[in-house]
Amino acid sequence: MEGRYVGAVPHNQALNLRVVDYSPEHLSLALPYREDLVGNPETGVLHGGCITSLIDATCGGAVIMSLAAPRRIATLDLRIDYVRPALPHQEVICDAHCYKVTRHVAFVRAAAHHGDKASPIATSSGTFVVFRDEGRGDEGRRGEDGESA
Amino acid sequence: MSLRDAVTAVRETGDFTAIQEAIPYSRFMGITAELVDGDVIGRMRYSDHLVGNASVPALHGGTLGALMESTAIFKLLWHGETTTVPKTINITVEYLRGARPEDVFARAEFTRHGRRVANVRVFAYQDDPERPAAVATAHFLLVQE
Repeated sequence: MEGRYVGAVPHNQALNLRVVDYSPEHLSLALPYREDLVGNPETGVLHGGCITSLIDATCGGAVIMSLAAPRRIATLDLRIDYVRPALPHQEVICDAHCYKVTRHVAFVRAAAHHGDKASPIATSSGTFVVFRDEGRGDEGRRGEDGESA
Repeated sequence: MSLRDAVTAVRETGDFTAIQEAIPYSRFMGITAELVDGDVIGRMRYSDHLVGNASVPALHGGTLGALMESTAIFKLLWHGETTTVPKTINITVEYLRGARPEDVFARAEFTRHGRRVANVRVFAYQDDPERPAAVATAHFLLVQE
């Protein structure tokens, strides 16, 4: 999972995302704290943008974990609620659960926290489209104008 | 320069470089803003580490969310009455089409700019503003909790 997912995605690698745990339909990734990812230098708290990337990556990974065969997927939408301020100098862990997969769409819920799942800093829900025509190849599906879905 | 001083400097000069310099994550992401015809336009300069899918290739969806959240905050700071940094209450990102490995721009609209809360719609695009790669709806808290 580490090499196939995190290592293959340049931006996940740039954020040093690390696999914490996984099981069918579930994935947990950690975003290590780093000074260059801080959003407000007065509080030292990580920027919401890198939390968005962490949650998007974890939710997408949970979808991949739920599929019987490797498929290309794309995020349709992702909602993130910041329920509590994040703390400085602490890594953020995201737990994602892909709770339903239909033929073309996967549904995911996620929460981000500092290690205590009962006290999340963000909760999230997202939907993903699942491409079922890998035989035609990624490039053919993408179309000439860069459409992803 | 502190973020507070940077915000004041931007209000005086209209040059967002000071804010980008004051926010480490903005530097890491190559996210900045500029005034175009009086409106705040966000920009994320392309860099290889922003890619999400190297085989397509396409930018990571999270980076588009980051640009749109940042652009909304830049515009709120530009128009706001205080130097308090708006806090994101929530953000919903809809992905419409893949973003090519090139610069991305973003434009924000205030759906409602209240005293406590701002409702903001943001559009991220590459060459054509009428064909956004992603759109976001976000709420920001403008007062200290």
